[in-house]
This record gives sequence, C-alpha cells and structure tokens, in this order.
Amino acid sequence: MIVAKQKPIEEIIETLKGYNKILILGCNECVTVCEAGGKKEVAVLASALRMYFMNQGQEVKIEEATLERQCDHEYLEEIRKTVDQYDAVLSLACGVGVQFLAEKYMHTPILPGVDTCFMGVTEERGVWSERCQGCGQCILAWTAGICPVSRCAKRLLNGPCGGSSKGKCEINKEVPCAWQIIIDRLNELGRMEDYERLIPIKDWSTERAGGPRKVVREDVRS
Amino acid sequence: MRLQYPSGIRIICLPCTGKVDLLHLLHCFEKGADGVYVVGCLEGACQFNTGNLRARKRVALAQEILEKIGLGGDRVQMYNLSSSEAPRFVQIAEEMTQKILKLGPNPIKLARRKMAA
Repeated sequence: MIVAKQKPIEEIIETLKGYNKILILGCNECVTVCEAGGKKEVAVLASALRMYFMNQGQEVKIEEATLERQCDHEYLEEIRKTVDQYDAVLSLACGVGVQFLAEKYMHTPILPGVDTCFMGVTEERGVWSERCQGCGQCILAWTAGICPVSRCAKRLLNGPCGGSSKGKCEINKEVPCAWQIIIDRLNELGRMEDYERLIPIKDWSTERAGGPRKVVREDVRS
Repeated sequence: MRLQYPSGIRIICLPCTGKVDLLHLLHCFEKGADGVYVVGCLEGACQFNTGNLRARKRVALAQEILEKIGLGGDRVQMYNLSSSEAPRFVQIAEEMTQKILKLGPNPIKLARRKMAA
C-alpha cells in the first residue's frame, strides 16, 4: 500500500487560510489502512479545524466526506455535483488522489492534508516501513524476495558494501542491511547460487530517471 | 460512604476506557465541555490488558491537538484509580474542577454564543 502520514495541523491551517467553506475528503484505501486519511482521520481533523476557526472567531464551514478511492474516475465523480459549493477541498488521500482531484476539478483549489511517504507494509499497528520503490524492473526473483533497491541505502545490486556491520546498515543501527537479510534468506532457501549470479547494470529509465511513467494495456483498454 | 463531589461533573459510563476514542474527546469540546477527564483502572489492572494504556495515549493525543488549536491541552486529563478508591475519586473530581475553573470556560462555547448573538 501507499503509506502516508498526517501533516502537522499548523501546516494545514496555514494552507486553509482565506477559505470559508472547506470539504475534507478522505480515501477508503491505503491511507485508511495507515491511519492517515480515512473516515476516522477526516472526522478528527474536521473537528479540530472547526474548533480552531471558531476559537479564532471565523465562520468557516467544514464538511466531511470519504470516497472509496481518489485514484479512479468513478469514485471522484461522486463529488461532481457538490464540489462547486466549496472554496477548497482538503484531500487526505495520497499525492495521487490529490492530483487526480486537481486534474478533474479545475475550478476548486485542492490541498493536500497528508505527506505521502512510500510503498510499504504494516509491520505492526503504528509501524509502517518501505518495501518497494516501483523501479519498473523487478529483480526479487534473484534476491530471495528482498528488495535491495528499496531496502539498501545505496541500492546495491550485487552484495553489501563495507558499511554493513553486524547485520545493520551504516546509515542507522536500527536499519537492517538489506544484503544481510538477502544472504540469510538465500541460505535458508538453499539457493546461495543466486548470490553468485551477477545482476547486470540496472536500466534506471524505468524508474524516475526516465520521467513520468505510464502503463498502457491495449487488451483491457476500453 | 456517600461522599460528595463537585456537581458540575457529568459521568459517562463505559465498559472500559479502551472504548474512549480521540473523536469522543474532541466532540466533547466541540459541543462545549469545559474539561474532560478519563478515569481508567490502575495501570496493569485492565481486565482487557491494555484498555487504560490505549486511553492514556488517546488522551495525550487529544491534549496535543487541543494545545495546537488554542484551547489548551490541560482541559483533558487521564487518571487511574481502582473502583474501591472512592475518596481518591472525589479528590480527582475536586482537582479537575479546580483546574478547569482556573482555565475558565471553553472558548468554543463563548465563540459560539458570540456568533449566535
């Protein structure tokens, strides 16, 4: 899932200055799971903002809604009839949702309520960590299912650097060395021969280096 | 014991303080409560193991939010006591009442009245 974290309320208040009718729009997908922008977070933020503006003596109307997703046309269409009544929409979806909303509704300012962080997992409730950088060319088959692109600070593809110490990365003792995990797991799998396999120089053009990316599938395209 | 405690306190009964949600706390203030305190079982004595510990975290978060929006984080507090500690219950009720009296009324309540006038 896409992991995001809530923006500090002071920052949100700053972006909302000057707007008198605001819609706080949550998303039922990833940001709900990482507890940053689901229905609950929308309600908490709306309550806090209503109190803030009232305390400031400002009559600001704040309404709440949460869509199934903000990254698909059909769900964004649900607010088409009502979006014009708002001065601004504060989206608690990831950056994808914020942008898709902005592309769709040209005349309403769309503001972000969360900071989008990475694609990751829920290690435990309240702890999320990165697992994928969407490099566009997966090599997990040769690295025991552990990604050196997202989990090695240097994105090394053929074994650890000299900074790997006692299984930890030199950038932070809390961060496991990705290559240590890869080697441990290859050992468990009895596939250490995969470690000997030289991964060729990666074509980073399928990552961000090649500019904004797009996937087109003619077989499913309508 | 028939102990007396300040009359301005309204008790909301819950099966466990673990049921207290951040939103419940915020809505109290939005509706005009001057202060809210959550009274849970003693730490380590929760029948559901972590209910009171979860409540403490939620109260801390509510304090942070109230502080940031200018209402004052002290308006919401967490206390722990066992159900047999009636004198302690009264002491907490008096302590919280004094604290809220010092802080004054909820500014939201005043602002709402001003807007309505």
